[in-house]
Amino acid sequence: MTLLSILGVLSSAIFSGTSLLYTTLGEIIDQRAGIVNLGLEGVLLISGATGIAVTSLTGNPYLGVLSAALVGGATNLILGFLVVTRRGNQLASGLALMFFGFGASALIGKSFVGLKINGLPRLTIPGFGNLPPRYLSLIQFDTLIYLAIPCTLLIWWLLFRTRWGLGVRAVGENADTAFASGRSPHLIKYQALFVGGMLAGLGAAHLTIAYTLNWTEYMMGGRGFIAVALVIFSKWHPIRAIVGALLFSGAVAFQLLLQASGVQISPFLLDTIPYLLTILVLIVWGGSRKHSAPASLGRVYMGTE
Amino acid sequence: MEADNKRRPTAIMQKIFSAITRYLSMVVLALGLFGIIIWISGKNPIVSYRELFGSTLGSWYGFSEVLVAMTPLLITALAVALPSRIGLINVGVEGQLYMGACAATWGALILFNAPAWLLLPLMAIFGMLGGALWALIPGLLRAMGLVNETITTLLLNSVAPKLVAFFVFGFWHSSMDTNKTPNFVDAARLPTFFGTRIDLGLVIGILLLIVFWLVMKHTRWGLEIRAIGGNPEAAQRNGVPLKVYIVAILCIGGAIAGLAGMALVSGYYGVLLTGFSRGVGFIGFLISWLSFGDPIGIVLTSFVVAIITTGGSMLQLTTALPYAVINILLAVALFVVLSGINLFPKRKTA
Repeated sequence: MTLLSILGVLSSAIFSGTSLLYTTLGEIIDQRAGIVNLGLEGVLLISGATGIAVTSLTGNPYLGVLSAALVGGATNLILGFLVVTRRGNQLASGLALMFFGFGASALIGKSFVGLKINGLPRLTIPGFGNLPPRYLSLIQFDTLIYLAIPCTLLIWWLLFRTRWGLGVRAVGENADTAFASGRSPHLIKYQALFVGGMLAGLGAAHLTIAYTLNWTEYMMGGRGFIAVALVIFSKWHPIRAIVGALLFSGAVAFQLLLQASGVQISPFLLDTIPYLLTILVLIVWGGSRKHSAPASLGRVYMGTE
Repeated sequence: MEADNKRRPTAIMQKIFSAITRYLSMVVLALGLFGIIIWISGKNPIVSYRELFGSTLGSWYGFSEVLVAMTPLLITALAVALPSRIGLINVGVEGQLYMGACAATWGALILFNAPAWLLLPLMAIFGMLGGALWALIPGLLRAMGLVNETITTLLLNSVAPKLVAFFVFGFWHSSMDTNKTPNFVDAARLPTFFGTRIDLGLVIGILLLIVFWLVMKHTRWGLEIRAIGGNPEAAQRNGVPLKVYIVAILCIGGAIAGLAGMALVSGYYGVLLTGFSRGVGFIGFLISWLSFGDPIGIVLTSFVVAIITTGGSMLQLTTALPYAVINILLAVALFVVLSGINLFPKRKTA
């Protein structure tokens, strides 16, 4: 086991975990406003396909990232219409949104199957430019990776240090009280869904525009559901979402390390570790979990009539 | 809706009328919206629809294919509907289906010498055990008050396909492909009818729905289930063993889902393929939810959804759109129903 292979493993773990961190942050905002978004998988697929399409057509990966984020926000607004305005059931609406994502992303990505795009450029950290190239390539990351931690801090600040964040949390705890204190639960839920969808869009954009660089149908492979699990794992807190994403990346890294050192453990079994660990954590928390979940999570706000 | 009202003809007429308007609005709006999407992607929606319906309802073969697609939907919807009657949300049918298929395949592989009359029931039992054991985990955790079953069933959904992949890649794969088992022997295949692909699974599904209706209506268990669904605390005070019901009902739901998995690998596919179900369990959840867990509603909704998914393959051939695009039609139909759901606020929710 050389230093190079360990660095290589860490580097690829960071690459695979970043999209998950953005997505988890997005779902945290949705759920803080009281909405479980099970359609995340669909949102990711639509954003990812849009990102590939725009990057391929314009040749500019940053435009691709921007459009993926905007489309992610817009897709989440469909869920908003169903569960906020029409007061539909959240789980069923989310799953319907997932199927919409399966179809819409296939339609968007149709002409781009098998096409390789020029992804986000890798940037060198200043001062490391004179490393040997094979080491250098391992610590050259794209903009979205560099922005992941600052973005997490920004979301924390938004949720816990601004009036808007207070409004989101208030609506998620008790929409009636929030309404009584002069806030509009509907508007806040829509805003939270839009911001959450944009973050999910960034996550999808990182996967397609910086990591895989091409489009295949159903390519998210359950990442949306992993993110939903990680939200619970991180107790609805943005900073702890980093730990959650690291957990997933760690499992990926562990798997690669084992492969590199010749140990034969099925990658499929290793893939189950993040889910099983999340269930274990939930068991350990037991009844205390209720104190951290937003109180009105999953409920329909019926308004005041 | 109160039980007494159901016997009155006016209430029945109202129920039928509301069902008709619901399905009609769903069909018209969904077809309209999806037509716009087809039109935008440069095809003629009217021609596409003529082919979609011609290929499904226009011929005996097409119709039989709709019934084939309907089979797993009926069974998975029931796997959600039963737990929903005591207020349990089983989002884990997808995982239970995979584990059922996995266990049934194991049975087919180790007992390949057995005759069909012995092998098929054994595979069904294996499948039901696989699904039931997978549902036992969330059931126990919920009964002990540790973790909500919605979360655990959802998480276990992601684990089950990976376990299937582990067994198939690691041990069971055929010499030709690494992602599927060898084709099942004939004795391990569910019998089919009328020279079509309709198999015994459809009969099993319908029978299960009838049994479900009878149990709910005419047995002590049904009464106690309805009592728990109405008010769990009151039911417990009247001596209904709440925790036993939670574990048992979730396991039975899992067993039904496992049977759906067995029916899929033994009937439809005849082979265990990794990742064979792209959301059948989730569609089952949606069907159960849309039909309020009502057996007749489940049959009708499954039929409509099956037309959509079967027509999708024809649409793929004639319009060169990817098969996955049919999911848009499915989703738009669901959006229409979900957004209109508060037009019938007095019905019980599944």
